[in-house]
Amino acid sequence: MANPVAVKLTQKDFKSDQEVRWCPGCGDYAILAAVQSFMPELQIPRERTVFVSGIGCSSRFPYYMNTYGMHSIHGRAPAIATGLSVSRPDLSVWVVTGDGDALSIGGNHLIHALRRNVNLKILLFNNRIYGLTKGQYSPTSEIGKITKSTPVGSADSPFNPLSLALGAEATFVARTLDSDRKHLQSVLRAAAEHNGSAFVEIYQNCNIFNDGAFETLKDPATRDEYLIRLEHGQPITFGADGQRCVVHPPGGFGLEVRDTASVDPADIVVHDATVSEPAYAFALSRLPGLDLRNTPIGVFRKVDRPSYDELVVSQVETAKAKATGTPEDQLAGLLTAGDTWTIL
Amino acid sequence: MAKQVRQLDRVVIRFAGDSGDGMQLTGDRFTSETAQLGNDISTLPNFPAEIRAPAGTLPGVSSFQVHFADYDILTPGDAPNVLVAMNPAALKANLGDLPRGADIIVNTDEFTKRNLTKVGYTANPLEDGSLDGYSLHPVALTAMTIGALADHDVSKKDAERAKNMFALGLLSWMYSRPYDSTIRFLERKFAARPELVAANIAAFKAGWNFGETTEDFGVRYEVKPAKMSPGTYRNITGNQALSLGLVAAGVRSGLPVFLGAYPITPASDILHELSKHKRFGVTTMQAEDEIAAIGAALGASYGGSLGITTTSGPGVALKGETISLAVALELPLVIIDVQRAGPSTGMPTKTEQADLNMALFGRHGEAPVAVVAPRSPSDCFFAALEAARIALTYRTPVILLSDNYVANGSEPWLLPEVDSLPDLRVDFATEPNGEDGKTFLPYLRDPVTMARPWAIPGTPGLEHRIGGLEKADKTGDISYDPANHDFMVRTRAARIEGIPVPDVEVEDPDGDARTLVLGWGSTYGPIGAACRALRHRGLPIAQAHLRHLSPLPANLGEVLRAYDRVVVPEMNLGQLAHVIRGRYLVDAIPYNQVSGLPFTAAKLESMLEEVVKNG
Repeated sequence: MANPVAVKLTQKDFKSDQEVRWCPGCGDYAILAAVQSFMPELQIPRERTVFVSGIGCSSRFPYYMNTYGMHSIHGRAPAIATGLSVSRPDLSVWVVTGDGDALSIGGNHLIHALRRNVNLKILLFNNRIYGLTKGQYSPTSEIGKITKSTPVGSADSPFNPLSLALGAEATFVARTLDSDRKHLQSVLRAAAEHNGSAFVEIYQNCNIFNDGAFETLKDPATRDEYLIRLEHGQPITFGADGQRCVVHPPGGFGLEVRDTASVDPADIVVHDATVSEPAYAFALSRLPGLDLRNTPIGVFRKVDRPSYDELVVSQVETAKAKATGTPEDQLAGLLTAGDTWTIL
Repeated sequence: MAKQVRQLDRVVIRFAGDSGDGMQLTGDRFTSETAQLGNDISTLPNFPAEIRAPAGTLPGVSSFQVHFADYDILTPGDAPNVLVAMNPAALKANLGDLPRGADIIVNTDEFTKRNLTKVGYTANPLEDGSLDGYSLHPVALTAMTIGALADHDVSKKDAERAKNMFALGLLSWMYSRPYDSTIRFLERKFAARPELVAANIAAFKAGWNFGETTEDFGVRYEVKPAKMSPGTYRNITGNQALSLGLVAAGVRSGLPVFLGAYPITPASDILHELSKHKRFGVTTMQAEDEIAAIGAALGASYGGSLGITTTSGPGVALKGETISLAVALELPLVIIDVQRAGPSTGMPTKTEQADLNMALFGRHGEAPVAVVAPRSPSDCFFAALEAARIALTYRTPVILLSDNYVANGSEPWLLPEVDSLPDLRVDFATEPNGEDGKTFLPYLRDPVTMARPWAIPGTPGLEHRIGGLEKADKTGDISYDPANHDFMVRTRAARIEGIPVPDVEVEDPDGDARTLVLGWGSTYGPIGAACRALRHRGLPIAQAHLRHLSPLPANLGEVLRAYDRVVVPEMNLGQLAHVIRGRYLVDAIPYNQVSGLPFTAAKLESMLEEVVKNG
């Protein structure tokens, strides 16, 4: 992780000179503003911060950050960022991706970055639709979704991004909302502090092709009933007056939502993001129904495991520490290693 | 009984057996002993893709051919003088390559009815007279090995396995090879199991002593050391040399080396080799797929490493999109393609040169890259350095086209002095380069190299964004301007075309040739041997060989037009010939072979003779 600097940075310092070109009303604006205003808090110099993205609406993100950045190829940002992060552990490397980019064309790279625990902060803007290609269903679209490419409804079951990340045993998994800046920034803060891969799903509204996809989670009239705000160390209750709660059903595998009044308070699950077995966070990820009821947000899982970067770098450093002589001398030694013969 | 010793100037031996018989190891050891003696050497391993094909079958035959001589040689030899056949399948699979009179040493213990039937022999060829034209040496290799190890504390299976060392001992005796290096090798290989060291050495010596005592081998041979340039040598395969070249590129550039790779035959050995050299600041990553492998390498290049990815043809196909991104980003990247027979999975352990079109043209959009190809196993070292030099100096992807023939073949290598290797140091951008002294222009080019600045993350004041979208000249901002795109496409083409590469040299000792043979990559050896043979017979012929396929040497057109006829032999269906015709309007004559095997010098010689004589 990069060292703090004395220079005081502000939100403005993180805005590039490029005109932001998302559709008016896009949820990406809110996320960009939240990230730009959050970055100074990290006290990492701009030059040590790199945003890497793939292809899609969200992947334009790096152009708007006044840091180093690369807008790469569809789905490949985690792979490119892995090479950068491993070879440059002094950098703070962020990946910005979308549901199509990360879960469809780039699904393989995402799960492998997570299982390796590469020191990347991965922000997945999930709007459950393909925006840049103008409105086809995505791997997170609900089954039966009617789009340009599925006029009678899609036949694909969607991925649950958090379940997928947890299946890959990601060490940090969280979810937040584009419209809730305070919550979004709290999750970014936790992600930035995490050593290793931090996977953050951000529910993001595409007002052109999938408007209101997460409206029930945002509308003051419904959000309290739908959203579960996870707080580490706190019993998991929700609803306007905490009238709903999460329990381990006796004899069952997962977690269930019950009326708080109907259960023994001691049976209410106390959220612990540090549970080493991913099954607990996985059970949390399975709570929401198709209608988004019981959607947890916040940090599902945050466990310590050495990052891939640390392990790889330490192998190289250990080998270098044992070597003696200049690199040229060592090379001469390597070339003449093994069976040689001399002709006079 | 004192045996007769006969001097030979060259010998070709082929060790052949089941893929579990250890023939590659046996050949490798014989080669190493031969190298120690100072002969010139060239080797050709030939093995199936299956790790263990059904025992005793034709598809399971693995062989290793070694050609050694008291003069400098260019190929592993067309036809073996000696075949060691460890079973009927090995005999059957290789007999067709033997000239009449060749020595055949067979392991009679494997010539059982069952094994003979398995490969379609209705009668035992050792007994039915079908081998009368050859000098047949039937040896009960297995039984004698087991007998020799009767007092050793090893299982019957381990004793039986040592039969390849018996064979090696016998051949080492026949050709008067020094065997110290083999003893040392066995001590290293079985260090953890001293009983196996003893057993394998005993088997080796039993084979040696058998040669000395048996009446069947009346003659012992000697091949004197070759006259080679003074210096220190080692025997090296192309993949090893290439790996060392990449390490050397790291040392000479002062940059960390990052290899992203996905296992694929025949390139995996480079990943294996580089993963041993971490002390040189070499990081290797076995990625989840070919695309991630090049992606990670490109990410590392962006961060200031020498990014490398190694693969074979199918992998290059998968990497195409990322190579195009690297073209747009104008970052250094080395892509190693150890070609194999395609298309698709094709014949993964066989050789071919059919990826040239893909290397030159196989990407979307106008995406020019530099392409280089090594001509021999040891040349892989220098080709790797050259690929790195071009990538670092001109900030471009470079494709290096090796192939299975040079990758797994070996030859003696005169070790270079480290100080004589090219200086590959680079300058990263550290300061804004705009006229106002404050602005950084990531696509402002060096007037000489046309390279853009390499401004790595972590450099204060040079924060900038790059990507696959078309960029405005100089600023690198996203641009959809038609004139700018036209300019950038032409500029990317011109900057590759403008990379200075050495002129192609023509070998025409008498200077009176009217026919030129033009080759590239691994065909150098067979073409060179064929040309020598023709000249020896008084037929003039000129040879030119391309190391740089993109850009092509500036003098190539002039060279081609100086001859009446230009012949282009390739292990593909005429890919370079097509380029030559298209670019220089020269009526090049393609000569093609796509059998998965390298050209034999004899075949090229007779083809070229026709051209030289008949025009």
